[in-house]
Amino acid sequence: MNAANPSHAFVVRGLTKSFRYFRLENLNLELPMGQIMGFVGPNGAGKSTTIRLLLGLSGAEAGEIELLGRRVPEQVAEAKRDVAYVTDDMRLYGNATLAWHMRFVASLFPGWDGTYAQELLKRFNLHAEQKLAGMSRGEHMKAVLLLALARRPRLLVLDEPTSGLDPVARHELLTELMEIVRDDSRSVLFSSHHTLDVERVSDVITFIDRGRLVDSRDKESFLERWRRLQIDVPAGVQLPKLPDVIEVSPAGRLATLTTSNYQPGLTAAIEDAGARIHEVQRMSLEEIFVASVMGSRKEGV
Amino acid sequence: MYTVNTVSHSLVVISQTDPRPLYLQVKEQIRHRIAVGELKPGDEIPSIRQLAADIRVSVITIKRAYLELELEGVIHTRHGRGSQVADNLNLGSSLKEQELVQHLTAAANVAELLHLTEEQLIERLRQVRRGNGDAK
Repeated sequence: MNAANPSHAFVVRGLTKSFRYFRLENLNLELPMGQIMGFVGPNGAGKSTTIRLLLGLSGAEAGEIELLGRRVPEQVAEAKRDVAYVTDDMRLYGNATLAWHMRFVASLFPGWDGTYAQELLKRFNLHAEQKLAGMSRGEHMKAVLLLALARRPRLLVLDEPTSGLDPVARHELLTELMEIVRDDSRSVLFSSHHTLDVERVSDVITFIDRGRLVDSRDKESFLERWRRLQIDVPAGVQLPKLPDVIEVSPAGRLATLTTSNYQPGLTAAIEDAGARIHEVQRMSLEEIFVASVMGSRKEGV
Repeated sequence: MYTVNTVSHSLVVISQTDPRPLYLQVKEQIRHRIAVGELKPGDEIPSIRQLAADIRVSVITIKRAYLELELEGVIHTRHGRGSQVADNLNLGSSLKEQELVQHLTAAANVAELLHLTEEQLIERLRQVRRGNGDAK
């Protein structure tokens, strides 16, 4: 473990925490430095809980957390000098101006980059002398992002940053995220429902559902492994039981088969059974996400 | 197509309605710029992280595109020194060759769907060459 120059933004092992109606179970997760992780899950999947545990904002029952090379919770204070955290329900002082907030954050964090803050003001079309209470929801979110980005954190954690942002503001946000990883010693973790944003900018994609990790791997191999096959199944032909097949529907003449591990062996097995593959389609991250969650729920029951 | 791009002359423009995966769009656009001679042998191309930031596409996607272009001998990447278009003079023609193979393969696939025989397909190609390929 090297705190000055860690190889990973974070490493999480066996993370567990129970609530009355929810349990985060044995979560393993890691993000190499210089990468962006898209953290995707339905409402109530445990995304925010995981983030809060990672940042030491709440205590785990079991498991180990290393954040920028420091142990959480023991050394979390040191780690958090280089971590910025943004959620969509973050409250700022309504009666104070954005300029006041900028001075306040600058006084707390020596890494504050005043020049970059001024650039962001312009790019986000915000007014430093405006009071936070007078800002729209999107402007408020951009103000929070500005305060986080201008600290030049080594790890930026964003919980649902794009919810409530219009398409132009989302575009601006994604541009800033990509600016961060121009430097290969900075990383971003962002949770989102917006799979199109995640698909575009993430290096690593993690799916979580009902407190359990469904899958976590680099985006290219993620998208490469999943395919949907349209298959002509002549009368009397029965599709064999195949590995890594998430779903077959309907079991009729023209079947749609979804696989999480597309490879030549699969198509050969289907053709050997007497069926004909009509089309092989790639899947979007959103389609993969839904299929993957539904598949893991079936297994889990 | 309309893009809100701050970089006026981006090497690559990504389309979200293009069904091809992002890495393939990146790869083919770079190839195309070489094939038409806009990028010449020895020309520098942006580093992986720079291009990723410019077009707002993940680093891993650009990395994959560059890696495949390198394996195909189209570009050279030197660690820490960025990437350049390969110094092979025949490159332009070999890329066009590859483009031709792609189009022919696509034509052969469609012909199969239309149940055309090999002879019929070849005859259609002849018609196109003679300039009366418009007849459906």
